[in-house]
Amino acid sequence: MILRIEQDHHRFKQIIRGKIKQDLRKYISRGEMIGRRGKDLISIPLPQISIPHFVHGRRQAGGVGQGEGDVGTVLGAAEPEEGSGQAGDAPGQHLLEVEVTLDELAEMLGEELELPRIEPRGRKNIVTEKYRYTGIAPTGPESLRHFRRTYKEMMKRSLASGTYRRPGALPFIIREDKRYRTWRPTILPETTAAVIYMMDVSGSMGEEQKEIVRIESFWIDTWLRHHYKGLEIRYIIHDAEAREVDQETFYHTRESGGTVISSAYRLALEVTRTDYPAQEWNVYCFHFSDGDNWSQGDTQECIRLLREELLPGVNLFAYGQVESPYGTGQFLLDLKEAFAEEEAVALSKIESKEAIHQSIKEFLGRGR
Amino acid sequence: MSLSPLLAGLQREIEAHARDYGLDFFPVMFEVLDYRKLNQVAAYGGFPTRYPHWRFGMDFEQLQKGYTFGLQRIYEMVINNDPCYAYLLECNADVDQKIVMAHVYAHCDFFKNNVWFSKTNRKMMDEMANHATRVRRYMDRHGVDRVENFIDLCLSLENLIDPHSLFIVRERPDAPEEAPRVARRLKSKEYMQDYINPPEILARESLRLREESERKKSFPAEPTRDILKFLIEYSPLENWQRDVLSIIREEAYYFAPQAQTKIMNEGWATYWHSKMMTERCLTDAEVIDYADHHSGTVATSPGRLNPYKLGVELFKDIEERWNKGRFGKEFEECEDLSLRTTWDTQLNQGRGKIFEVRRFCNDVTFIDNYLTEEFCRRHKMFVYDFNPKTGLYQISSRSFREIKQKLLFQLTNRGLPFIEVADGNFRNKGELLLRHRYEGVPLRMDYARDTLRNTQRIWQRPVNIATLVEDKPKLISYTGEAFEEADLHEPAA
Repeated sequence: MILRIEQDHHRFKQIIRGKIKQDLRKYISRGEMIGRRGKDLISIPLPQISIPHFVHGRRQAGGVGQGEGDVGTVLGAAEPEEGSGQAGDAPGQHLLEVEVTLDELAEMLGEELELPRIEPRGRKNIVTEKYRYTGIAPTGPESLRHFRRTYKEMMKRSLASGTYRRPGALPFIIREDKRYRTWRPTILPETTAAVIYMMDVSGSMGEEQKEIVRIESFWIDTWLRHHYKGLEIRYIIHDAEAREVDQETFYHTRESGGTVISSAYRLALEVTRTDYPAQEWNVYCFHFSDGDNWSQGDTQECIRLLREELLPGVNLFAYGQVESPYGTGQFLLDLKEAFAEEEAVALSKIESKEAIHQSIKEFLGRGR
Repeated sequence: MSLSPLLAGLQREIEAHARDYGLDFFPVMFEVLDYRKLNQVAAYGGFPTRYPHWRFGMDFEQLQKGYTFGLQRIYEMVINNDPCYAYLLECNADVDQKIVMAHVYAHCDFFKNNVWFSKTNRKMMDEMANHATRVRRYMDRHGVDRVENFIDLCLSLENLIDPHSLFIVRERPDAPEEAPRVARRLKSKEYMQDYINPPEILARESLRLREESERKKSFPAEPTRDILKFLIEYSPLENWQRDVLSIIREEAYYFAPQAQTKIMNEGWATYWHSKMMTERCLTDAEVIDYADHHSGTVATSPGRLNPYKLGVELFKDIEERWNKGRFGKEFEECEDLSLRTTWDTQLNQGRGKIFEVRRFCNDVTFIDNYLTEEFCRRHKMFVYDFNPKTGLYQISSRSFREIKQKLLFQLTNRGLPFIEVADGNFRNKGELLLRHRYEGVPLRMDYARDTLRNTQRIWQRPVNIATLVEDKPKLISYTGEAFEEADLHEPAA
């Protein structure tokens, strides 16, 4: 029985991919993607894949059931409402959840935002051995016997020894003729990258700002993971001074007090120097703040640190300014002035969640 | 995969029992499939070959997931065809295979004998394969996307058929030709005639009148619920599109009686598998497994109506009532409870009666004729409704009348709203007017809009539907670019 379901299944997946891409901008600015993440899968609810029909609004219809209970006994909550337009409509019947691998998602992100592929800086730091069946050996398991090579050996032997009679005679293969496929280790260079996230956690950075940072860094991670075999991520928070924290703390700390940005840059420098030397690592630094710095003097110090010490050792330094009602936003202007011509510096202003995709494009659009 | 000698033996045994009990069926071909293949076939509605469409892929994905996570598995699948095709799941235990076979023979008897299937094409297996070939050919010629997108539109309308239309023979005498209207002449003296009533103006006026009366003839002559047929006949479609739409319509008619007789059909099959198994087929070792699986089939959970359970219990109830003579005027009028509960006239017409019911009823008439108050009480049936204040579904009544009413409502027209074509030349501008015959439940609006949009793509002129939104008559229109909503003070058209 020939079944064509594979084709239809493939087609369905294609359509879903198209749907996801269509809505990707919307998804990019939404935080719940992060919450839905599995190990390498993410599930995305697709409300509009079902074929519409004229049907009753089910909620009003009710139904007939069987079992114990009196009038008024609760059977269960109505499913959450879906669909736009009229209120009080039917409950969601088949909210389709599809699973997409993070890799696929990265592909789509790249296509949608027209991101260039990242060129690793060509450092072959980690080397892995991969086994490929490209060799031939005189010994091996029968299941790997190479028929053509074995036959050739037999021919060679029988011609050389004069035992060959005429074409078409039955070949006579002896132990020594047999050839087997065998593996050869191939050395593959593997590229790895380190990401250092820095965030201002001073009082002026509110929940909304942090949410933006979280969503944006999720997409940055997804994209970088797609390009590098290994990705190490470090988190630095700072107010008046900087310290390294884990991911959880990174997103949930709120301090009051001032902002000395150079402290974070200095710590980042320390981290890269000790753990991610430039010869071996592709290093990415992302710094998010609302653009307020303690003093103009410190800003000058930041610029010096970046230009002289940090930039030579990293692929990209990206600064994202998350607008907050309290910030003056001066820092972005200062950096702009100082690094207008610098390829390795990406600057972006993120005014709202909707601006996230634009900001990602600004950060990663350089293909570095 | 052909049947193993063991399964072939079981089939012979069960077929003999089924025949013995008086079941009458087409030849049945069993095939054994692994769950993946079974899911594939199930995604195609039981058919090995269907036209290519992504929705089958989606159904397949859901079935696969359901199986993988242990949420559901398909035990049995049977196609109404002559011969009947049925599938067995490879990894089922032998006792399951027996149940399935017994179940399948009863389904097949139902397919063959129930009148609602009497118009069904019994060579649908071949027909579906033909459809697939045709659609593939169109895809080669016009591109996969174009054809598939068109199928999407058609599927959106696939439920707009009239399952009863197959049984109706309309011999409508041609309406008496109304005398052609002619232009009115103004009174004049003979010699003034050409001046007061110039012939060319009279001719023009006559033409106008003729055209007007032409237009006045309603179109369609009376509202039709076979909207697909109407669209096939009158939409400006290309030939391949017309053919695709008729394929969708044909398949919709094939599946319609199955939806109309779901409770009966499953009830009938369950009735017979339990009878055959318990009376004839079970070995001692299989009793527990049988009981386990059978109870799974007929399990009820609050808020759900299990068609297997309701069906089988009703058949059993009918059998008992006709065995004991618990029907008719005398029984109905008896008000003595103790007399009623012990009523037994030794009539013994039960078996014959259920065979008669399986021949002539569909779910609506089944419930309408045979659901009794005692049955509802015994089976603890109730009506539930959505309570907008609490956002919960709550039991709203246990009254027999309401239960029956609600059930009938759900079953009538397969639970779908009544939609008909009221006018194919609405506003005299070639627009399509659909009318929702409102029965107390509004349309689901987001779907209705999308469906309207899809209808417009086929009709290619503005499409309107008259319905009630929040208890007010409304006309919802899609012009091809935008949706419009207008109050409707009088019934449209």
